[in-house]
Amino acid sequence: MDEKKSGEGVVLTEAQKRARRSRSIAIALSLLALVILFYVMTLVKGPAVLVRPI
Amino acid sequence: MSLISEGANVGGPMQGGARLVEPGLYEAGIHEPSSAEVGDYIALLKPRVMSLVVFTALVGLAVAPGSIHPVEAFTALLCIAVGAGASGALNMWFDADIDALMTRTQRRPVPAGRVRPGEALAFGLTLSAFAVVVLGLLVNILSAALLAFTIFFYAVIYTMWLKRSTPQNIVIGGAAGAFPPMIGWAAVTGSLSLEPLLLFAIIFFWTPPHFWALAIYKKSDYGRAGVPMLPNVAGDTHTRLQILLYTLVLVPLGIAPWLLGYASVLYGAVAAVTGAAMVLLAVQVYREASPADRACRHLFAFSILYLFLLYAVLLVDRGWGGLLAGVAA
Repeated sequence: MDEKKSGEGVVLTEAQKRARRSRSIAIALSLLALVILFYVMTLVKGPAVLVRPI
Repeated sequence: MSLISEGANVGGPMQGGARLVEPGLYEAGIHEPSSAEVGDYIALLKPRVMSLVVFTALVGLAVAPGSIHPVEAFTALLCIAVGAGASGALNMWFDADIDALMTRTQRRPVPAGRVRPGEALAFGLTLSAFAVVVLGLLVNILSAALLAFTIFFYAVIYTMWLKRSTPQNIVIGGAAGAFPPMIGWAAVTGSLSLEPLLLFAIIFFWTPPHFWALAIYKKSDYGRAGVPMLPNVAGDTHTRLQILLYTLVLVPLGIAPWLLGYASVLYGAVAAVTGAAMVLLAVQVYREASPADRACRHLFAFSILYLFLLYAVLLVDRGWGGLLAGVAA
C-alpha cells in the first residue's frame, strides 16, 4: 500500500479509492435488491404479509 | 467438496482450541484503509459450498408437500444461500491462522491480508442477521430458526469448538451441512416430519466417508496446521474401517425414501445401484494396501456424484412438488 498520511488525515491511494467505490456500489445494489424483495413479497402475499406463521 | 467446508480444514494432532499463529501475523496493514475488492467478499462466502447448500435446500423445498409461491421459494433459497455464505465468512475469520499455514488456503482473503479479520467477522455477522431476519419476516419463523441454528452450529459448535478439539469434528459438525434440506422443507410446510429427517440423515452419514477419504490422501497437507482429523489421530487403518462402517449405514438410508414410500421405484433403483458402488469403493478403500490414496480418491469423487444423483432424482421424481403447485396456482 502506498498510503500517504498528512496532517489532514489519511489520503487514499487510487487503488483504495477504486476498491471503496466498488464496495459502496455493491452495498447500494444489495440494499436496492432487499427493498425490491420486500416490495415484491408484499405484492405477492398481500395483507397476509403481516401474518407470520410458525 | 464437502458441505461442511471447502477444504479449509486441516489436520494433525493439536491441543484443543489453541491458535497456531499470532493474529498479528496475518493482519497485515491493520492500520491502513481497506483495499478489499468486492470479489474478496464474495470469496469469503465460499461460493462452491454455497451452491451445494442451495441445491440440497432446493430439493427439501421441492419435495415438501403443499405449495409455495415461486417468489417466496426464491426468497427462502436466497436467505439460505446468504446464511451459508455468512457461515463461510465466520469460518474464514476464525480459521485464518490455520488457513495461513496451508498452501491451498493461504490465498484466501483473510490470510492473504486483503480482508482484515474484523471485516470478515462484521461481514459474517451482518449477513447472518439479515438472512435470518428476512427469512423470518418473509417466509416463516421455523425456517428462520433452523437457519439461525445452522449458522450457530457451523460457526460456533463446529468451527470454534469441534474442529480443533476432536477427531469426530466432521461427524458431529456434519450436521451443519445436513440442515439445509430441512430448512427448505420447513419453508414450505412450517413443520418437520420423518421425510426431511431422512434427507438430513443421508447427508449426515454421507459426510464422514466423503471427508475422511479426502483426509487420508491429504493427510500430510492437513497435518501441517494441526487439526485433529481422524487419519492423523487414529491412523489410516482405523479411518478406513470407519469409512466402510459409515458407508454401510449410509446406503440403506439412501434407499429408505423409496422403502418408506416417499419416492418411486426409479429413485429406489438409482439409490440401490449407486449405493452398491459406494459400498464397493469403500471396501476397496478398506482392503487396498496402505496408503490407499487411489481408492480414497475414487471414493471421494464418487461420493459427490452419489449425493448429487440421490437428490437430483428425488427432485425430478417428486415432480418439483410444491414449486410446480405454486406456479400452477
